[in-house]
Amino acid sequence: MKAMTLAVTATALLAAACGTKSGNQTAQPPAHSAQVTGAGSTFVYPVLSAWSADYAKQTGQAINYQSIGSGGGIAQVKAGTVDFGATDQPLASDELAQAGLAQFPIVVGGIVAVVNIPGLNSGQLRLTGPVLGDIYAGKIRKWTDQAITTLNPGVKLPNADIAVVHRSDGSGTTFNFTHYLSQVSPTWKNGPGEGKTVAWPTGVGGKGNEGVAGYVRQIPNSIGYVEYAYVAQNGMTYAQLQNAAGNFVSPGAQSFATAAESADWAGASDFNLVMTNAPGANAYPITATTFVLMPKQPRDKAKSDAAIAFFNYALDQGQGQANKLDYVPLPKALVQQIEKYIGATIK
Amino acid sequence: MSSSPHAAPVSGAGGDRLFGLATAGAAWLVLVLLACTAASMAWGGRLAFETFGWGFITSRDWDAVAGKFGALVPIYGTLVTSVLALLIAVPVSIGIALFLTDIAPRWLRRPIGIAVELLAAIPSIIYGMWGLFVFAPFMAAHVEPWLNDRLGPLPVIGAIFSGPPIGIGLLTASIVLGIMIIPFISAVARDVFNAVPASLKEAAVALGSTRWEILSRVTLPYTRSAIIGAIFLGLGRALGETMAVTFVLGNAHDLSVSLLMPSNSIAAAIANEFTEADTELYRSSLIALAFLLFVVTFLVLAAAKLMLMRIGRIHGRTH
Repeated sequence: MKAMTLAVTATALLAAACGTKSGNQTAQPPAHSAQVTGAGSTFVYPVLSAWSADYAKQTGQAINYQSIGSGGGIAQVKAGTVDFGATDQPLASDELAQAGLAQFPIVVGGIVAVVNIPGLNSGQLRLTGPVLGDIYAGKIRKWTDQAITTLNPGVKLPNADIAVVHRSDGSGTTFNFTHYLSQVSPTWKNGPGEGKTVAWPTGVGGKGNEGVAGYVRQIPNSIGYVEYAYVAQNGMTYAQLQNAAGNFVSPGAQSFATAAESADWAGASDFNLVMTNAPGANAYPITATTFVLMPKQPRDKAKSDAAIAFFNYALDQGQGQANKLDYVPLPKALVQQIEKYIGATIK
Repeated sequence: MSSSPHAAPVSGAGGDRLFGLATAGAAWLVLVLLACTAASMAWGGRLAFETFGWGFITSRDWDAVAGKFGALVPIYGTLVTSVLALLIAVPVSIGIALFLTDIAPRWLRRPIGIAVELLAAIPSIIYGMWGLFVFAPFMAAHVEPWLNDRLGPLPVIGAIFSGPPIGIGLLTASIVLGIMIIPFISAVARDVFNAVPASLKEAAVALGSTRWEILSRVTLPYTRSAIIGAIFLGLGRALGETMAVTFVLGNAHDLSVSLLMPSNSIAAAIANEFTEADTELYRSSLIALAFLLFVVTFLVLAAAKLMLMRIGRIHGRTH
């Protein structure tokens, strides 16, 4: 019995020793520096984790991103506990100056109005910004309301109450959505206003984009707003929205890219621009940008340089991955503007 | 030279004292932790209480943009769902306990007992997902339209049962919560029913009692304090339940009489909004909500103790 135990222990130790030896022998590029950490927006998490996986495979540099929400990302990068933060709501230049942070966009996505009306396909329903605002304000209660039927002459709409779905948690998606509603609907601007959380006049709240998507799928005759990635992945029915130029556009990589190009980035100091209601002819009206925040004078220069190298990689070579995940890579002119800004601002 | 008969061995006395100190320390630790938790929540919520005063408890507002917060809707949602869950769970649990101790054949008692205890082991988020994906559509398709049609038009209680049949809301959340707390109450009830002396029950049978009379005149009075303790254990679980409620309550800061409408609960509001609460006042309001939940739980437990004392005084203490 004792001999048996001794034999088993010896074999286990031997196996462990062999294991580590062979582990050291497999080809692994040397890690550049310690792990770079980031935190913030959940919107950007899918594409950031895909980018960091590809980047680690290529260069061995590990990037660790925690999607705790835009507010958390801003707080942590101000406190210096992470090397970069990601937020869907840009900070104003004076707040950036006070916190000693640089800010630049990294990816663009779209926020889509999704509906669950039996018999309706994607793109068949047309809505305008003011109508969307009135639906969310509880002023338009039924799908057969005149405001909706005049926009959709041939479409058969049920004579049922509209079940409104919004976010229950604070989120950058809500900020961009309510910012758009405030731009196009004066009743919304004077009512709930814009913010990561607002006092929704009506409707139920789902937790996260997944929660809203789940509710819209479950509840008949409902409407909600989700990031475009969720629409594509869950096969949801989206509505067309009328943009600032007066055209009804469907959400998609093309209309998001048009919005990103037509937005006036050059005129925004520290890229402090919310792109909703972009002016282009075929621009999708509710597009959202995620911004990266980094300290201008980093404490750990090596990690800051490693993070910048990662973001340069993402901006230059990350388009394929972004497209695959239904995000929109930034236009070339904007990428050049960002790289110049990083070189000038982050020492 | 003869040792006194009263002198205990030295090591035994020391061990006893140490044991006494350790157990007293554990008990005091719980009290201290409780007091510190309550104090830290009250401290964290002081900005909200200073800004809104007593109005915080009576205000329906919840506007992060305007900076106006009020606890009425979360408190209402928490209390309504918990009380309704109790109303659903208590008869079912007592029934399960009675079935398992008295009525079921011996070979059936263990499997059903294990099944009920397994209900307690299911994580609450699974209850939430089941509630959202299975139960809510069932409610929306079959139960809520029926309630709207049959009970909606009635004069007084009609307002309680009218609303759009979306499936999520106070009623669905109460039913899911009720199912969640059944195992807690029935486990205690079953153990305590088993502990009723057989001689008492046999005497009742000899006098010609029915099963219901044995339950109501012998078993329940004998186990009164334990059953009420179990009920308030279940109530405590229901008051604090977060994930299951978040999925099926609807997270809407609306106060409405109708059970078919969505609402919000304290735990769900805190879980949803704490990470993105970016202003001091917002954060403080959420911590103040936590303090109010603590106060509500304390008041409910105090009411339970008082009720037990009164019944004890009227009917005599059993144990």
